[in-house]
Amino acid sequence: MMNCKHATSLMSQGQDRELTLAERMQLKVHLMICNGCSNYNKQLQLIRETMKHLGGRNPEH
Amino acid sequence: MCAEASSDKPVTSPQDNDSGQISALRDEMLRFATLQLRDTHLAEDVVHEAIVAALKSSGNNQSASLKTWIFAILRNKIVDIIRERSRHPVEQLLDEDLGDLDAQFNNRGHWNKEHKPVNWGHPETVLANEQFWLIFEACLNHLPENTARVFMMREHLGLEIREICNELSISESNCWVIMHRARMRLRMCLEDNFLQEEDAL
Repeated sequence: MMNCKHATSLMSQGQDRELTLAERMQLKVHLMICNGCSNYNKQLQLIRETMKHLGGRNPEH
Repeated sequence: MCAEASSDKPVTSPQDNDSGQISALRDEMLRFATLQLRDTHLAEDVVHEAIVAALKSSGNNQSASLKTWIFAILRNKIVDIIRERSRHPVEQLLDEDLGDLDAQFNNRGHWNKEHKPVNWGHPETVLANEQFWLIFEACLNHLPENTARVFMMREHLGLEIREICNELSISESNCWVIMHRARMRLRMCLEDNFLQEEDAL
């Protein structure tokens, strides 16, 4: 079974290339049973979102 | 598509005389440019150039907010500098110490209890928190220099991995590894610092 170290690497690669079907399936199964990696995945998405808006953010009202 | 302020396209600008507001934005622009370029003098130069360009074309159009518009000019100037720099190959990209990254996992490759990522809560709430942005910038500044450079090209400037590796003359798989480490370091730094702040509130 996939371990967390491998899963984090695949989640990162998933942001940079299209994962293969087998990779996606394995990752999906892992994320269903692993809280830590599931949180990690959400955090990566938030980091990506933050990077996009870095600099030139509109001031809060 | 959002408006881009590249040198060959006319730039839209707010119509008022905005010099007062522009100088108020200067500090923020400087911080942003320094973060990207990691060179204070170069950052000052590029901010100065962006302000001059902004003042010159002020009065064309009122569509974009001043801040968005002036940062678009600045960002394009920074992209030019980064692209120019990238023509020189990066050396020793992968020699950083990985001890702290590996230490998050046990010998079977699963998270150690104390390093297991936690739930940060709603993304909207996190992004609305001013403190988060400050800590994010600080964490970004703590990335190893070359790692930060590749990460910025990918995540902030939106270049494709293939383009980045080509420009830096490194293999695609090396690029993935660099990105993976950058994300992992950033995440770890955010969790250590931002969540502690939250707990203290």
